[in-house]
Formats: sequence, C-alpha cells, structure tokens
Amino acid sequence: MHDVATHDDSKGQYFWVWGALLVLTAVEVVLAYRQVFQPVRMLEILLVLSVIKSALIIAYFMHLKFERALMRWLLVISVTACFVIMYFFFFPDADRIVRLGVK
Amino acid sequence: MADATLEHDVVQHGLPGAYEAPLFGAYSKKVGMWLFLASDSLTFGALLFAFSYNRIYTNPWPTPFHAESIGNATIMTACLLSSSLTMVLGVFAAQRRDRAWTRNWLLATMAFGTAFIVLHGMEWSKLIGEGLALPGFFTLLGVSQPSGAGELANVSKNVPQFPQAFFGLTAMHMLHVTIGVIYLGVVAFRKWFLPILGVIWIAGAFLIPSGNVFHYPIHVLGIGLLIAAVILFLKPKDYDAHDVEVSGLYWHFVDLVWMFIFPLVYLMSTKVM
Repeated sequence: MHDVATHDDSKGQYFWVWGALLVLTAVEVVLAYRQVFQPVRMLEILLVLSVIKSALIIAYFMHLKFERALMRWLLVISVTACFVIMYFFFFPDADRIVRLGVK
Repeated sequence: MADATLEHDVVQHGLPGAYEAPLFGAYSKKVGMWLFLASDSLTFGALLFAFSYNRIYTNPWPTPFHAESIGNATIMTACLLSSSLTMVLGVFAAQRRDRAWTRNWLLATMAFGTAFIVLHGMEWSKLIGEGLALPGFFTLLGVSQPSGAGELANVSKNVPQFPQAFFGLTAMHMLHVTIGVIYLGVVAFRKWFLPILGVIWIAGAFLIPSGNVFHYPIHVLGIGLLIAAVILFLKPKDYDAHDVEVSGLYWHFVDLVWMFIFPLVYLMSTKVM
C-alpha cells in the first residue's frame, strides 16, 4: 500500500509523463503532416504511438500501475480481449481492402 | 488511489465477518467507475472501428484538415493533456485535505476542458462554414448553405459517410468532455455550481445565434443542470478525496479516448498544402 506522502514525494514523475505525452503528440503531428510514411504504415505507427500514450495515461494518471495486481490484470485483459474480438470481425475485410489498395 | 487502497484484513464498521474484504483492494465506487470506463471504452472502440471501416472503404477519403485545423487540434490535445496533469494535482491536494487547492486545480482542469470544447466548436463552425455538414443539417437549422461553401459542400454531397463519421465520433467525445466539466464542477463546488451552470446555460441559449453550431447543443447544459440538481438534492454530501479521485478517473478516460481520435480522425486526413 502506498501512502499519501509517497505520492507527494514522487509528484515529479507526473510532470515527466505529461512532457512525454506532449512530445509524443508533437512526433505524431510532424510524422503525419510531413507524410513521412505511406498511409497503411502511417496508420500502424500512429496507432503504436497512441497505444504508448494511452498506456502512460492509464498507468500513471489513472494510477492503475499502483493498484492491486488482480484489478490491474483483470481490467487490462478483459478490455483488450474485447478489442481483439472486435478486431477479428474487422480484420478479414480490412485486410482485403488494403490488398486492393488503400489511398 | 493510494490512500483509497484497502487491505484484505481490514474489517469495517467493527463487525468482524460482516463485510467481505474487497476483492480488488479498492473502494466500491472506484471499482464501479473502472467498470463503467471499461464498458465506455468499448463504446468508443466500436465507433472508432466504424470510423476506420468507413475510412478504408471510401476511396478517395476526404482530407479537409490543413495546417490551421491540425494546429487547432494539436492545441486541443495539449489542453486535454494539461488538464490531466492539473487533475492529478487536484487529487493530491484532496488527499492532503487542502480544500482550496483541490478547488483551484479542479477549476484549472475545467478551464482546460472548456477551452477544448470552445476550440472544437470553432473547428466545427469553420468546417460547417465551408459546407461540411450532415445531410439535412442546414434545412434543420433553417439557414441557407454558406455562400462560400466549396470543396467541402461537394464532400458532404458525394461522401456523406465522412461528415457522419466525423461529427458522430467527435460529438460523442465532446459530450463526454462536457459531462466531465459538469461532473468536476459538482465535485469542486457542490450546490454552488448549480447557479453558475444555470447562468451559463441561459446566457448561451439567448446569446448564441441560430446559425451557430452551439445553438442547440447548449441545452445539454440544461439537461446537465437538471441531473446535477437531482443528484445534489437527493444525496447531498461533502465530496472527499475518493470522490475527487473517481471523478479524475473519468476525466483521464476522456483524455485517453482523444489520444486515438486525434490521430485517426485528424492526422490520417491531413491535407498537405
């Protein structure tokens, strides 16, 4: 268990996370605006960056990192599993369209 | 959060065995909020999948977001990210039982959230002014299509799935931000927030012209006022650090969703001049 004092002492980490999120956003904007990659590759890279940003928000700002392991894993696994199921519905047709040539 | 964590061997109310130890080591309202956020993430997940489906099925996909729009959306993103930081600081202040700074940080969070809504509304107004609208939008408002409408008017006509997907997804998110600002206002100011919200709602209803994008949506504040009043009068209480923390979870989730909407909706539809 963490007490309030522990968190107050480590308040600086939240400023670092905030800074990292701003930097990652700037990277996304530059990559997209300069169109550094082709659309499909760009989508993959932007989504990876978004997942990193959301992981930072969930772990630190939403404090899941400091919750009990059972709560941490149950939430992450259940939501991720739902998205994977949705993706199975979406993927075959998305893959077909991408093969046809997305613009 | 930290001090909200319960150990399994804690027995509340001095009745050993009367209450089962919490499975997740957290207060029930925090677990409840997490479960709500898990279900809400599936709502947004479905919308984002639908948006992506439209996106890859439609060729060519409109790319209306040039430098000004991307700059605006980037500032909006920075507002939300900064609001998450002020929210965290608000939770710390609440845990210190520092009422003044809790209120100040929550107010700062609300200010960033409001800035996001206003900037988003300006973006919407600009796009609508250029002719991007849902089918029947101008007829519903009783206004004529903007005279300067050009390329985006053709987009609305020929690729209606773009305005539908764009406005649908961003409206859902903006609604969440608005609910978040009201939620934080209730937690920060309790009953004192009701007249503030009422004044903003009535002033907005009278002052926003009929052609403006906020003309009808401003009444969301009226609905929010009604719900907040019912909650505050049915169960009046002094919100403590746990309530601030739970409201913070909701607020961070709103920020989190935008981290996916921003790249998928804006950055993947960038128009390089």
